[in-house]
Amino acid sequence: MTDPILQVENLKTYFYVQDGIIKAVDGISFSLAPGEVLGLVGESGSGKSMTCRSIMRVVPLPGRIVEGHIYYRGQDIMTWPESQMPSFRGSEISMILQEPMTALNPVLTVGEQIVETILQHENVSRGEAQVRAGELMQLVGIPSSERRLQEYPHQFSGGMRQRAMIAIALSCRPQVLLADEPTTALDVTIQDQIIRLVQGLQEELGMSVIWVTHDMGVVAQLCRRVAVMYAGRIVELAKVIELFENSRHPYTHGLMESIPTSVSREGRLVPIPGQPPNLLNLAPGCPFEPRCRYSVEECRTVDIPLRPVSREHFSACIRFEEIWH
Amino acid sequence: MNAQETSFQDNGQPLVQIRDLSKTFVLGASIIKRVLGRKPEYLRAVHKVNLDIYRSEALGLVGESGCGKTTLGRCLLRLYEPDEGQVLFDGQNFLAVEGAALRHMRSKVQVIFQDPYSSLNPRQKVNQALGEACLVHGICTPKEVQERVGYLLNTVGLGPDVSDRYPHELSGGQRQRIALARALAVEPEFIVADEPVSALDVSIQAQVVNLLMELQEQLNLTMLFITHDLRLVHYVSHRVAVMYLGSIVELGQSEGLFNNPLHPYSRALLAALPKIDPRDRAKVAAIQGEPPSPINIPTGCSFHPRCPIAVDQCHVDDPQLRQVGDGRLVACHLIHWGSL
Repeated sequence: MTDPILQVENLKTYFYVQDGIIKAVDGISFSLAPGEVLGLVGESGSGKSMTCRSIMRVVPLPGRIVEGHIYYRGQDIMTWPESQMPSFRGSEISMILQEPMTALNPVLTVGEQIVETILQHENVSRGEAQVRAGELMQLVGIPSSERRLQEYPHQFSGGMRQRAMIAIALSCRPQVLLADEPTTALDVTIQDQIIRLVQGLQEELGMSVIWVTHDMGVVAQLCRRVAVMYAGRIVELAKVIELFENSRHPYTHGLMESIPTSVSREGRLVPIPGQPPNLLNLAPGCPFEPRCRYSVEECRTVDIPLRPVSREHFSACIRFEEIWH
Repeated sequence: MNAQETSFQDNGQPLVQIRDLSKTFVLGASIIKRVLGRKPEYLRAVHKVNLDIYRSEALGLVGESGCGKTTLGRCLLRLYEPDEGQVLFDGQNFLAVEGAALRHMRSKVQVIFQDPYSSLNPRQKVNQALGEACLVHGICTPKEVQERVGYLLNTVGLGPDVSDRYPHELSGGQRQRIALARALAVEPEFIVADEPVSALDVSIQAQVVNLLMELQEQLNLTMLFITHDLRLVHYVSHRVAVMYLGSIVELGQSEGLFNNPLHPYSRALLAALPKIDPRDRAKVAAIQGEPPSPINIPTGCSFHPRCPIAVDQCHVDDPQLRQVGDGRLVACHLIHWGSL
């Protein structure tokens, strides 16, 4: 196997608030191979966005990365001084966000924002950067790109804004793209277009992608491997077909059963009982235990690490061998 | 499914009859703009919609953002006054009643909004919010209020302990249950549920939507379920109406419509839904382009600029919603001619 382009080891990102510690990301490890699309799935508050922000080292206060290593091409970026980060962000690893309206600058034209990004990272003239901006707009499928470069974000539709955002993210040819729910705010036909766009670009440019989402359909369509997150931890990690057909964690099963996959009124959904845990001062043991139909005494007391099910499949369920044998 | 269809239509006259309902918003009519001689723009949100909703039926209304589904729902509640058309509720024109009669009718027609953070009064405790509704509509006497609140909370699966809390002390799922209890407090016959679970996480969504369906059956409620979520609308609805740029383009039994969509827009919409099967992957997008602005609606069939099979007539003639067999209604020239 080739060396991973990105490797995260025992990452812990905690928020220190008045009432205690919120363990937003609590000791997760995974790797990303060159040219791979990895899905990061989970519900709100499961720590998927904070994982991305930690990789970029842009965790908002009062949060900070308290432990762990993030290796990019074998180098631990956690040891780098902050002064080295701006040239790293954007040109090596880039990020697209859910709400492009808040991520784009409303008082600059879209063209200026792309040109600015290119000039920031590369030693080219303004003229060259402008030509590149036009090419990028075409690459991401924005029609009449010359005119649209002169327009402001508010003149773009939601789908076009997300395309512009992708153009900015790709402007310096990053090796890794972190996509933090980029299609959640979009309509289904536009989401479909954006997914196919990123799919095509990823194959064409050979990028690695981490795609954060709560939509199992998007995962099924796009990802090679999937990490399922719950309460700041990865509870299951597997290749996509293995995860969909042979899951070994009760939470993943619960998620699948909660989605109406062409179910009509005749067949009822099976919801996961209870609510996601409060991450403030979380009790020891498996965080899913209070909602789990298979829980036993041991689940409440022992911290359960990810264990291998097979060579590329890992589960954090203490009972996966006996439940699914 | 055919048995079910007849059962609802056998309930006699539809509970809600929408006739040629239209709503256009005027934009940019501010004094300054008028002084500057700018003409106001017109946003056509709902255009000549006809729809019957039968007793005890859950009718799904699905479409992308800006298609007018929320405006249509709000016109039924008279939160917007429609420009044209009629809404008959139990045979009576809901748009014509005023005063005490309107208040009485409003207790029969209730609503659940998407965001329970903004639809519940943050300064009212749960028991106040629920109790007030009962008292205003004379459902119970002040003495009976506590008992009634307890009953309502129990109905939506919450314990009596939440009655003393403020909305901010509740989770999203609990808040949406309170919004549901609030709607049920006045014993309505018809509920407009506008994206009731879209703000909730997947695992909580399933809990709330199951509750909504159970109560709808138990209490014999008629429901208009508005959502952009195709999987959810399939699951919840007996019949489904697909909306595009202010018009209904297809209407039919949920099962039939999802298995065999006829209108080119319904087909595109369903094809764009990411399939929950990693072995079945598409390479190209199901449909190109974006919906046009409702301020500049295309002539003829409003879907023709994005339609893969449009012919000349589609550019000029607006197709009507017509029956094409098996209770399915479609607004498409090519289907009416039998060329598809």
